[in-house]
Amino acid sequence: MSVPGNNAALKVMTAAPAQGESGFLASTFTPKALGIALGLFASVALAGEAWAQLTTGGERLGILATLWKWTPLILLGPPHEVGGFALNVLVSFLAMAIGTASGLFLGLGQISRIGPVRSVSWAVTQFFRNSPWLVLLFFVMLLTPFQINIAGLSVPLPGWFKATVGLALPVMANVAEIVRGAVNSIPSSQWESAESLAFSRLQTIWRIILPQCVKRMVPPWMNWYAILTMSTPLISIVGVNDAMTLTQDALAAEQRTELLMPMYGMLLLFFFVYCYPIARWTIWLERKYAVRI
Amino acid sequence: MAAAWTPDQPIVSIRAVHKSFGAIEVLKGVSFDVRKGEVVCIIGPSGSGKSTLLRCINALVPINSGSITVEGQEVHDPALDKLELRKKVGMVFQSYNLFPHKTALENVMMAPIHVLKRPKSEVEALARRLIKKVRLEGKEDAYPGELSGGQQQRVAIARSLAMHPDIMLFDEVTAALDPETVKEVLVTIRELAEEGMTCMLVTHEMGFAREVGDHIYFTDRGVIVEHGPPETFFKQASDPRTRAFLSQIL
Repeated sequence: MSVPGNNAALKVMTAAPAQGESGFLASTFTPKALGIALGLFASVALAGEAWAQLTTGGERLGILATLWKWTPLILLGPPHEVGGFALNVLVSFLAMAIGTASGLFLGLGQISRIGPVRSVSWAVTQFFRNSPWLVLLFFVMLLTPFQINIAGLSVPLPGWFKATVGLALPVMANVAEIVRGAVNSIPSSQWESAESLAFSRLQTIWRIILPQCVKRMVPPWMNWYAILTMSTPLISIVGVNDAMTLTQDALAAEQRTELLMPMYGMLLLFFFVYCYPIARWTIWLERKYAVRI
Repeated sequence: MAAAWTPDQPIVSIRAVHKSFGAIEVLKGVSFDVRKGEVVCIIGPSGSGKSTLLRCINALVPINSGSITVEGQEVHDPALDKLELRKKVGMVFQSYNLFPHKTALENVMMAPIHVLKRPKSEVEALARRLIKKVRLEGKEDAYPGELSGGQQQRVAIARSLAMHPDIMLFDEVTAALDPETVKEVLVTIRELAEEGMTCMLVTHEMGFAREVGDHIYFTDRGVIVEHGPPETFFKQASDPRTRAFLSQIL
């Protein structure tokens, strides 16, 4: 399920074949770090293999073969169900989308000219920025009902969706801070010239200030996306079939202690392969925009 | 009260305007009138409140007391629609303040499209005419960062003109420019003045003020020290402060 990451990278490659582009691809896929990670993982697996050879008879599957057997389940979840690493990615997408949309409004709320809106937005931002993600997750799980009734129609709220909302809350608060910081970094002369051209405040924000903020916001925003993705295994706590839960299920089914390190190692590797290119991409974008602004 | 104004009355009327920023009083009772089609130049040392005065006229800055009317409408009436006022009063700034994410043409087109809600094709034709008028043909698709200071300032003038203002305010528009590019901006302003646009300029270009100005106001420490038509003002300034300032500048 590292496909979305690769897709994004490929899109960049085809969209803008500028000189810097080769720089980004080279820096991401000169896979020194990837090589190191794979090497570490291989040595863990091989050590486990050797240990298995020493301690058990020959009738069981080897470590690598066992990992291979479980890989489809851990990556894609049980058949006919979204789960495994795919669910982690799905939850990360949704939580980021919800967090970004609500964070945008929360950030703008902090610069509102209406005093109470400003204070409430500030308080909400500070609260969710400074709360442990796991506790927030529990809070949302326990607070929201199993289903909601909209116009006589009862819509069930699945656990994974509630978990997504739980993760979206801290993302929202951090996106709000990114928005507030970016808006404040635009010189006041831009507001003044928009005002003198009779733009309303709302028009000024949407048409003049925010478009100038996008470049400044993208790198920290992507950084939060990577952090969010790495936090998605938290949802396993609330009973969702994500990659973490399925890894634990597989380990429980196998009942072999020598599999512990390789299995969790493989899970780490999935996340690394997905997040590392994003981190490199962020750094590359940061550099690119730093020069242009 | 809005209907009372006729073009034979002053288009801008400033009466006993006081303005403080905290404890510092920047304007200490300024009064004067500007008639339609007149070019008024405001000169004076830095910090004498010239730029603040201009910003009060389009309500970018609120005043503490006194009155400013534009076409008979009180600018600092809380019930006034500031956006309506600003459609009539164009302003050009010292640091150009173009929108850096938009091309020259888009900078000119934005306000008429989004504020005046004019059709895009009509606005584009107008914007191209204005770009041509400020002699920037061929630079329509350039971003502000790709233009020189003088070119950016001329785009800023075109951007203001696209709103069809009745009055143009120029706030030290050549102060940040290289000497070579000052002239191209002044030529543009002079053409506007000749076409009958009511202009108020805060400027340090004495030669230009003398040439295009119908009336010169000298401000110092928040008051108008002296004023007059350029021929008498520059030749026979009577106040010692004015004379000292002019002798430094000229």
